[in-house]
Amino acid sequence: MTGAWMGMPAFPDAAREAVRDSQLRANLRNATGTIRAKRARVVAERPDWEQLRVAGERIKDQALRNLADHLVEFERNATAAGAHVHWARDAAEANKIVLELVRATGSSEVVKVKSMATQEIELNESLAEHGITAVETDLAELIVQLGHDKPSHILVPAIHRNRAEIREIFTREMPDVPAGLTDAPIELAGAARAHLRRKFLSARVGISGANFAVAETGTLVVLESEGNGRMCLTLPETLISVVGIEKVVPTFADLEVMMQLLPRSSTGERMNPYTSMWTGVAPGDGPQDVHIVLLDNGRTDALADEIGRQALRCIRCSACLNVCPVYERTGGHAYGSVYPGPIGAILTPQLRGVAADAVSASLPFASSLCGACYEVCPVRINIPQALVHLRGQVVDAKRGKPSAERLAMVGMGWVFGSPRRLRWAQKLAALGGRVLGRRGRIGRLPGPGAAWTDTRDLPVPGQSFRDWWADR
Amino acid sequence: MSARDEILARIRSALEGAEPAPEVSRDYARTVAGDVVRLAAERIADYRATVTLTTATALPNAIAARLVANGVRRLAVPADLPSSWVSDFDGELVQDNGLSNAELDGCDGVLTASALAIAETGTIVLDAGPGQGRRALTLIPDYHLCVVAADRIVGTVPEAAELLDPKRPLTWISGPSATSDIELNRVEGVHGPRTLDVLIVE
Repeated sequence: MTGAWMGMPAFPDAAREAVRDSQLRANLRNATGTIRAKRARVVAERPDWEQLRVAGERIKDQALRNLADHLVEFERNATAAGAHVHWARDAAEANKIVLELVRATGSSEVVKVKSMATQEIELNESLAEHGITAVETDLAELIVQLGHDKPSHILVPAIHRNRAEIREIFTREMPDVPAGLTDAPIELAGAARAHLRRKFLSARVGISGANFAVAETGTLVVLESEGNGRMCLTLPETLISVVGIEKVVPTFADLEVMMQLLPRSSTGERMNPYTSMWTGVAPGDGPQDVHIVLLDNGRTDALADEIGRQALRCIRCSACLNVCPVYERTGGHAYGSVYPGPIGAILTPQLRGVAADAVSASLPFASSLCGACYEVCPVRINIPQALVHLRGQVVDAKRGKPSAERLAMVGMGWVFGSPRRLRWAQKLAALGGRVLGRRGRIGRLPGPGAAWTDTRDLPVPGQSFRDWWADR
Repeated sequence: MSARDEILARIRSALEGAEPAPEVSRDYARTVAGDVVRLAAERIADYRATVTLTTATALPNAIAARLVANGVRRLAVPADLPSSWVSDFDGELVQDNGLSNAELDGCDGVLTASALAIAETGTIVLDAGPGQGRRALTLIPDYHLCVVAADRIVGTVPEAAELLDPKRPLTWISGPSATSDIELNRVEGVHGPRTLDVLIVE
């Protein structure tokens, strides 16, 4: 982790700040409410939704269980179709490969389609350090970029901004902003169209991610809405796609499932406006210099975890964010990573390592375990199960640096080890309670006990169960 | 060790002893009941595209009428478009024999055929086949008039996947260019053609 997300506060601290922002909460409530209703409507239309979900889960599991073979097959087929395939162990290696490819074209500007993988490796920042400007072309990414802001949602990175704020950012930051721009969405979209048009028509290098990579054919797939994706994938001479190794699906027929699950789960539409599928180079049609960078960056670590590996099934639809009661109140920035919400809470700690930083160690606890995310996940990722599993790993990673909770558990083990010690401990607790308690309640405790008693009172224990039992 | 070999080795070691994944069950719907042509017309129109049903003999007239109604004077067409399609059109025809992006941008609209359409999702697929041209042609002009043959309309996405050839560049189009990026409401008209006009030929 470098630059943009470095030194972010742990989730509880960031969340405490975020929930104080009433504008943010109103924007999120409005946007997630809209998308939940749309999704529910198009999912209800499909009586076979559960069969599609199970098929989606198994397609991704098949892909992951034979990942090495599928990647080699993908490489062979993409190469045969004229693409150049590169492999990157981590973010630094991927950024270096892309930088060298861009430099070879002599271009100092690239146009980009929204891509989680390139955000994860902080490609834009890396290119900027070497004098290359990356122009984000997705409307929400453009809003984030012009607002010098961070993305807060997988699908709609500017979900935390309402139309009035977007108008304000455009008016302030767009050099060619139309005079008298209002906050009507159609006008805002029109301003983005005019702003990017010349860049698209003259772009020499496009950079994308991919939603799917088909092993059997070497095909890459990008789903989008605005046509900015088609522009970046079609008009430049050079196209570089950074693709996480978990994006592979075994067969072209597998897309028939994914192309139904993803749009309905993501934007709540039967189908997104545009999907591009390309296999290497098409002579005389689109980029003739085509590169694919296959990215690990922590994915093989996640793959090694029997329970955690299901997070690699994720197709980045963001349905779990839209239903999450925690996300709706804190927004995406509080998760301190490009992957916010429930999926981020299990993906980020696995990609970085649970003990890598304060954010990663706090994310498995950023959930009430209500299970709504699991219910809507189109590839049936059991997020609550993975959260509980990762909480265990966080605690294990902290062994040796004893926390109050852990010391208490050790102490309890000793007390429970002998009936005599237990009897004495209970009498002591009852006495202690009477000393600490006021009017039958225990208020704020000093020291490590404060974490428990800051927000709740405890009733003073009276008689222990054992004493009560002995009296019968 | 190369990055490639190292990643492949990491994957193999990560999966050591892992149970095989269950087979994929494909018991989801593969067909739709009823008239797929009506359903396609309804579903494409749901995206705020205009849909007109016509016949092969009335096609040239229908094409000219739609172009006039949308104020298209300069029309880009793929080099292999059947010339009869534009026999009633009296504007300027610009054949794509390698037009520059700027030349395409100077056209009011584009007229193409299509590979197939999917009724259930209201999707048209282009595969650079006959009468469709290269991808830039249907992207840069602001208006796209697309002809769909009724006998190339399938019910579902699985039916379409069976017919499509992934070796060809594929573009799936479901309505005009749109965005949901402002408060998650769909707004038509961003970078792609802001108007999608569809003629279904029965």
